[in-house]
Order: sequence, then structure tokens, then C-alpha cells
Amino acid sequence: MTAPFDVNDDHVVVIIGSGAGGGTLGNELAQKGIDVVILEAGARYEIPDFINDEWAAFQQLAWTDTRTTSGSWRIAKDFPNLPSWIVKAVGGTSIHWAGASLRIQEHEFKAQTNYGNVAGATLLDWPVTRAELDPYYDKAEFKMGVTGTNGIPRLPGNNNYQVLAAGAKNLGYQTYHTGNMAINSQPRDGRGSCQQIGFCFEGCKSGAKWSTLYTEIPAGEATGHLEVRPNSQVIRIESDNTGKVTGVIYADKNGVMHRQKARIVAVAGNSLESPRLLLNSESSKYPDGLANSSGQVGRNYMRHTTGSVYAMFENPVHMYRGTTMAGIVRDEARLDTKRGFVGGYELETISLGLPFMAAFLNPGGWGREFTTALDNYDHLAGLWIVGEDMPRADNRITLNHAVKDKFGMPVVNVHFDDHENDEAMRSHAYTQAIALYESVGAVRTFPTPPYPSTHNLGTNRMSANPRDGVVNKFGQTHDIKNLFVSDGSQFTTGAAENPTLTIVTLAIRQADYIASQMKTNTI
Amino acid sequence: MRTIDKRGKVSRRGFLKRSSATVFGTVAFTTGAGILLDPKGAWAITLKSLKPETMATLIQMARDTYPHDRLTDATYAKAVAGYDDQAAADPKIKNLIETGCASLNTHAQAMYKTNYVTVGWEEQRVTILRNIDTTPFFQTIRAGLVTSLYNQHDIWQKFGYEGSSADKGGYIHRGFNDIDWLNTAQSAQAGTSTATPGAKS
Repeated sequence: MTAPFDVNDDHVVVIIGSGAGGGTLGNELAQKGIDVVILEAGARYEIPDFINDEWAAFQQLAWTDTRTTSGSWRIAKDFPNLPSWIVKAVGGTSIHWAGASLRIQEHEFKAQTNYGNVAGATLLDWPVTRAELDPYYDKAEFKMGVTGTNGIPRLPGNNNYQVLAAGAKNLGYQTYHTGNMAINSQPRDGRGSCQQIGFCFEGCKSGAKWSTLYTEIPAGEATGHLEVRPNSQVIRIESDNTGKVTGVIYADKNGVMHRQKARIVAVAGNSLESPRLLLNSESSKYPDGLANSSGQVGRNYMRHTTGSVYAMFENPVHMYRGTTMAGIVRDEARLDTKRGFVGGYELETISLGLPFMAAFLNPGGWGREFTTALDNYDHLAGLWIVGEDMPRADNRITLNHAVKDKFGMPVVNVHFDDHENDEAMRSHAYTQAIALYESVGAVRTFPTPPYPSTHNLGTNRMSANPRDGVVNKFGQTHDIKNLFVSDGSQFTTGAAENPTLTIVTLAIRQADYIASQMKTNTI
Repeated sequence: MRTIDKRGKVSRRGFLKRSSATVFGTVAFTTGAGILLDPKGAWAITLKSLKPETMATLIQMARDTYPHDRLTDATYAKAVAGYDDQAAADPKIKNLIETGCASLNTHAQAMYKTNYVTVGWEEQRVTILRNIDTTPFFQTIRAGLVTSLYNQHDIWQKFGYEGSSADKGGYIHRGFNDIDWLNTAQSAQAGTSTATPGAKS
């Protein structure tokens, strides 16, 4: 049952975005009896609407509104108007994610301390420690039903995983398994177990994979304290002269503008849209945008050092059967600065269907070198590299005033230059992954460049010192007490782990903090 | 291990419809309309904007760009048929394609004294394409082909790709873990999973 709130109701918490951060925060607050309005730019689909067809699902779910790019990263050449691959729909990118749920490691919370001052990077230690977050990680893993935690068995390994595991064993790796996945390996929480459908990126047709769309959001709605408004794109956040935000202006699907008043605003639109919104909310009091007295809004954009390696074998693999991210090798995620780079990386299986393989195997590639790879599509295995990239001040999101969206709002420009540490790590990972597959008999290998970014991080980062970042350890902006950031843009550094579990963890913790601050009328 | 019969089920006589451009089985056709007929009579395309010889060049260029020897020309024809619609709607696109295909012939005449489609060897035609592969014409056609070719569902089986799976109950009983050629010594199920860094087990 939904709880419709009036646009002039100024006691509500307004959350912008309904993904892993916003959807979780909304439910957590609603469970505490706090009234919440979630404004979601995209439409609302449900599980039966999901499509087992890559391009059709992409058209349905992805954020395909124009963005622009600059910098030396290959994405700017291959996909100049598609820098990221995230979802515009209720549930956000928790519809698209693969389910990998890994805690950021203790040493990664102290990146500056452990890696030192890396030239050309803006490393910082997080203002929060692993020990402080562990109780919330516990809650997140329980909520999401992560395999390998809470006595939940791991998923069985598909063909793609079995090739990975065989190679990992040959290379002497110690820690490899089918992952810590927010995918039910047995029925749990009113949802069934994984049917090994594949198409994890296109929305889970069985609901075995956790997504806010069919967990947090309906749970919050059932309390009567949460209303989700789809097709509602926030254009700006309004502020007054007392240093508070007062509400938001949003466009409905017909382009009609509405003003929703708010006691508190939480921004959770992913690391591209969240800084876009803050920057677009400038006023005479905040001429550089909201929460931007440090000048850090939009800076330190991270997207993980990624890449894939596909390998062709004499015999079939059928990697697309079963979960997309079916297993992981964790050995290279260790703290070891002696490999020619700082930070670590995970190796996780990945598979793409034929249409996406054609688009992403070697963007721009053609001719027989390319097509003979696809001729043997069913003989391919694949993995994805997820490594810690270096934050850089000039890797940043800015407003591109020359290009406007359909509501007249400037689109984002994403500028990114690979740091030499990123390049050294990627090169190391390619070498290791190729060796892994060759040990199992690969006849050809394909070091595949990064896809449009799914892990967008850091553009409103947490910092102990307000000069170094945008938000404090609770995601509360340093400048404005009743303005919060609730997505991966809070991340101080990227770590090597897929970010969703940490986003959910931070949202659960933030909900406790917001509730306590409301109780004492601090905000 | 359950494998896929990659012979596929695509009829050689493609009966394909795509908006106004139609690829169909051998039929009688009227004069006046721009029509491109497969020399073997397996298909034909009615054209509303591009010249028939231009479409023939595009089809050959599509095959030379993404050569798959087990795909028929009908598949490539279907992949580029949409450019006729685009050309009809936008004179700039029409000009890009007509002049692009003409320049392929210019290159072919200079190098091999014949038009592009009649250059004898794929390697020779690819040499021509390499000469123009940074032009907007080539980039436009290639970028479009990546989806218009590989997103044709009826060719997926020829690549061993099974397409949608939820409607078939997923792969839990259809071979998600049926790999049978890894050495027993290699097919370790997991390493020391309890030692997972960063996660409680």
C-alpha cells in the first residue's frame, strides 16, 4: 500500500533515486515510521516486464539520455555518449547488477596510509573504518541474503566458473569460489532460488537476485510511510538563506514541473547524476552548487580499473548458461604494493550474449580476426577484472552547458584519464588472466577493453576534513545539515570490491543516523 | 555436455520484412521501383531511396566487414536494409552512403580495374576497406552493423547462442554445469573458500 504525500508536505524526507542506496534508505526510514518520498527519474517495471534479450532490455532499462565524455580513456572513443551502463528505472542499477557482494577490506579503508602518497592521485583514508561498518555489513548481508554468509550455501558453479576454477588452481591461487552473491541459492525472504537463467544484467526473471525493486521498495510501501514516484526527474534542489535545503523541483514524464517540499533531501542518483544535481542547484548563496564549498563536488570520479579477458577453447563452454558472475578469484585483491602498482583486483567470471559480445569484445573491431572469435562464441569463457583505481582531482563530472536534456537541464560531461597505476594494474591482470586460461588449454585469448562504467564512484566523497570532500562519515554534506548523499558517490576510494554491498551498508547506517538526528531535532 | 546444432534453421530463401525495405523469396516484380535481386534468386529487396547497385555494394561490404561463412547474403541484406529507410528520411545519410559506395568503386577501379562487388578476393576488398576505415561512411555502416547483424535472433543458433532462457526454465536442468572436458585434476570446485578476505563465511 502506497502512502501518497502532498507536494507541500514539508515534513517528508525526499530521496532522489531508488537503487541500492536510495531504495534501501527509503525502506529503512519507513520501517522507523519516517515518511519518505522517493523520486525516481525512470519508469516502474516489475519482474514479468524484464526481457531475456540484451538490446531490448538495454533499451528498456538503461540510462540512455545523452552524456558527453572527454579524456584519454578508451570509453571516450568507443562510447562517447555512453560513459556508463546504469539503469533508469525504479530499482535503479540494483536491477542490472550481477549480485557480487564483497566487503571492502580493512586496508582499503586506509588507502592513503597503506599506499602512500601516489603522484597524480588524490588518495585519502576513509573517515570510517571497517570495524565501524562491520555491524552494518552484517545487516546488509542478512537483508540481501548473501551466499557464503549467515549459513547460506554458495551457488553451484556453472561451466564458466569451472574453467575459471581449474585455471586458478593451476596458477596456484588459493581463494576462489562461486562468490558471495546476493542471489538466493535456496528459497529465502519470499523469493525463490536461482534457476541459472543467465541474463542477470537484464533483470532477474526469477527474483532470486536481490534488487530494491522487489525487496526494499515494496517492504517500505507496506508500512504506509514510503511513496515512490516514478518518471520524476529532479532538476534542482532548493535551498534557503539559513543554510538548509527546503525541497526539490522535479519534472514529471510530461515535462510538467513540480515542487516537492522536504525536511531532508538525500541524493542517490549514482555518481554521475548526483553531482550533476548538486552542481545544477546553484543559488546566490551557493554559486558553485550545493555542498560544494570545497570545490570537490564531481571530482575524484572513479570507475574501477576494469577490462575483461575472453578465452577460446577447443571444446565448448557455453559460458552464458547460468549466473553471469558465477565465481571469483580473490588472491590478487591482497595488500601487496610490490607488483608495480598499489591496490588490488578481483577476477570474476562474466559472460555476454552474442549481441553484446559483438558490441563489446573489441569495440570498433572488424574483419576475420574479430569474426572468427564470434564464430566460436560457444567455445568462449570469460572473466572481468575489478580493480582499485586512483582518484584524481581532474577525473570529474561537470555540467555540459552546451548540451541540454529534454527538460533543459545541462547533461554531464565525464572526464577521465587513466592513471599509470591503473594501466599497470590492468596490464598485470591481463597477463594473469591469460595465463590462467592458457593453463586450461585456451587456444586464443582476447584482452577486452573496459565496458561503459557500471561502478561509478567518488564524486561526492566522504572526508574527515571538509576541505577534502563533500560528505562526512554518515553521508551528510559538510555544508548543509539536512542534505545527504546516499549512493556510491560517497566512496572516499574505490577499493577492489563491487560496490553495491557497501552502498547498502552505508544506507542502513545512514538511516540510523538520520533517525537519531531527527529525534533530537538536529535536522 | 549439451551442445547446440550450429547448422541452424535459417531458410536459405529468406522471407524477411523490415519496414519499407523487403527481402523476399523469388517473386515477380514490377518495373519502375528500385529492386535488387539476388543472382541466385533467393531474395530481393525493393528500394525506395538507394540505387540497387549501391545496396549490392553495401551487402558485400557488410560481409567483408563481418565475414561469417555460414551466414547467407540474405542475412547481410537484412542487416543493411535499414539504411534505405534512413536514406529516404535524411538526404545527408543518402549522400553519405551513395558517395561512400561510389568511392569504394573508385578505389576498386584504381587498384583492381573493376567495381567493388566484383573484386575477386576478400583480402583485396578488405584492402580497400582498410583504406577508408576512418571515414564517417565506414564508421557509420560498421557501427550500425554491430547491432543490425548480430541482433538477428534467427542467426544466433549458428553461433551456438541459445537466446532467451527464462521461458525455458533457465539452465538449471539444461546444462549450466555440464562441462565434461576439464581434467579431473583441474576441475576443482573451490579453493580455500573459508579464507575469503573481506567476508565472513
